[in-house]
Amino acid sequence: MILGSINPAVLLAALMVAATPILLAAIGELVVEKAGVLNLGVEGMMIMGACIGFIVAVNTGSPLIGFLGAALGGMALSLLFALLTQALMTNQVASGLALTLFGLGLTALLGQSYVGITPPRTPKLDLGPLSDIPFLGRALFTHDIVVYLSIALVAAVWWFLKYSRAGMILRAVGENHDAAHALGYHVKRVRVLAIMFGGACAGLGGAYLSLIRVPQWTEGMTVGAGWIALALVVFASWRPWRALAGAYLFGGVVVLQLNLQAAGVKIPVEYLSMSPYLITIFVLVLISSGKARGSLNAPGSLNRPFHASN
Amino acid sequence: MKKLLTAAALSAALATPALAETTKVGFIYIGPVGDFGWTAGHDRARQELQDHFGDAVETSIVENVDYGADAERVMTQMAISGTDVIFAASFGYGPDVNAVAGRFPDVAFQHATGYIQEHPNISLYDARFYEGRAVLGHIAGKMTETNTIGYIASYPIPAVVSGINSAFLHARAVNPDVNFRIIWTYSWFDPALEADAAETLIEQGADVIMQHTDSTAAVRVAEDAGVMAFGQASDMTQFGPTAHLSAIVDRWAPYYISRIQAVKDGTWEAQNSWMGFADGIIEMAPWNDRIPADLQAEADNLIAAIAAGEYHPFTGPINRQDGTAWLAEGETAPDADLATMNFYVEGITQELPN
Repeated sequence: MILGSINPAVLLAALMVAATPILLAAIGELVVEKAGVLNLGVEGMMIMGACIGFIVAVNTGSPLIGFLGAALGGMALSLLFALLTQALMTNQVASGLALTLFGLGLTALLGQSYVGITPPRTPKLDLGPLSDIPFLGRALFTHDIVVYLSIALVAAVWWFLKYSRAGMILRAVGENHDAAHALGYHVKRVRVLAIMFGGACAGLGGAYLSLIRVPQWTEGMTVGAGWIALALVVFASWRPWRALAGAYLFGGVVVLQLNLQAAGVKIPVEYLSMSPYLITIFVLVLISSGKARGSLNAPGSLNRPFHASN
Repeated sequence: MKKLLTAAALSAALATPALAETTKVGFIYIGPVGDFGWTAGHDRARQELQDHFGDAVETSIVENVDYGADAERVMTQMAISGTDVIFAASFGYGPDVNAVAGRFPDVAFQHATGYIQEHPNISLYDARFYEGRAVLGHIAGKMTETNTIGYIASYPIPAVVSGINSAFLHARAVNPDVNFRIIWTYSWFDPALEADAAETLIEQGADVIMQHTDSTAAVRVAEDAGVMAFGQASDMTQFGPTAHLSAIVDRWAPYYISRIQAVKDGTWEAQNSWMGFADGIIEMAPWNDRIPADLQAEADNLIAAIAAGEYHPFTGPINRQDGTAWLAEGETAPDADLATMNFYVEGITQELPN
């Protein structure tokens, strides 16, 4: 055992990077589910963002415009889901799964001529003296802007859902769409906007993979990150700060097991990799038992279709 | 009666697919053809096969097929739609190939890197990757300055374990101070995880990264970090022009062409082929200029010696990790030992996951 070779500050820094894509996707999906819509197409919207973000960044030479393109790409795909589930009243679960398959296939096609290209480098944010602080400087203040943006986004979503009028309307729509409708709120409009926000966030998360973490475009490169993001929302019981904690926990498990392996510690990698899913299944079991549903904070109208005639 | 006759005619037609002019060949892949690694290697061979036979062969592919029910479904579909030969290009398809082959005795199955052969219509084929790993290990041992080599491994199966052992033995042979740090990802293709693994290894002192996973992420990370790396299965130079020292490049085409020719000649039968440098199935990507000329010559000589059968990468004395003897002085490893290798050799400090 050579645990001394693990640098905790670097470990913490790597953890934040590993967690950022799933955090971005999860915070978007959290808002979508708060509005009462279950969009299982997160993986598809993420890969869309990864692909479009990469293409835009390579062609404009600007990673920031790339991220903007990724958000729009994810949003465009989510609009398809909105059209299917809100206008055409299709089943949300099936539409979400189809969205993932469609996204994976479409991006394999779109990205064909972008394999093997190096994207423009995203600069690290220069935080001056902050990054010189021992330990904390290396761990917290040596990142690119997107890492901080993701944390700011969590704070913004938390404030929006808890304190803003629009956020309360969104929650009302998610908790009981019939009551919200009776009060005169536009259930479908709110839901479509929430779905678009979720798509944009998933797109950003995907672009973080293709522009910063890997950084290159490879077909199918998200490899399940979208599903972890979905699990994360349940794990966080629909609370933004818990989603942040959960993302860092999930990211931490990945980074820690890599470090322990490299340091020669014998650990059961298989069990560690399945732990996020096990916890999620556990939470899902709790939710489905009627009594716990309220305390776990699941939106009341989640995955229930709404039509004004009901 | 008429129905019966039609059915008989139909089954007669089905029973002799090899006589048809166009041979239909199906490929199922574990990853995307755009992985620039393992799957790309098989698809290169498929294209060469197509070019070689022209209209006499019709190839089709299905990529990203998971092991298990998915693979079984895809192969069954191929068999039903008249495919004559099915290439299943990944280790884990073993049980699925055997299940489907039992139901379609007239279809020829070619399973890459497998070991299960329960029916007479299954051929197994594999490459002696450990021969290439010996060359990589030799170069890595000489090029490393930190004496730490990082190794990103996929699953602890014999092909991967023998590769690690071969690389380690040849790195140690030229550099007694060298150490290996090995990370298992339990995945063939996960760019983000492979990038994280490479970063972790570099952070812990590795200045040469080897990989037995299929994406190009690690080469890219090595390039950014200013260290060295070897690609996997395909030439990955374009992902790290400075970092990329070389790579074992898979060349399945000669074998694929010979097997399809055998089908056309009606001489196809089940085989178990294990091919290396001598058969032209593996070769090395062009040496990076940063490898000194004398080291390039040493590597070339090593390849020539292995290809000529003068040198076996596993030549005793070699002990197992626990110190027990495996090969005596001058003894070379029997194929059966290599095909089932489930132990590290002496000198590797980490434990092999079981």
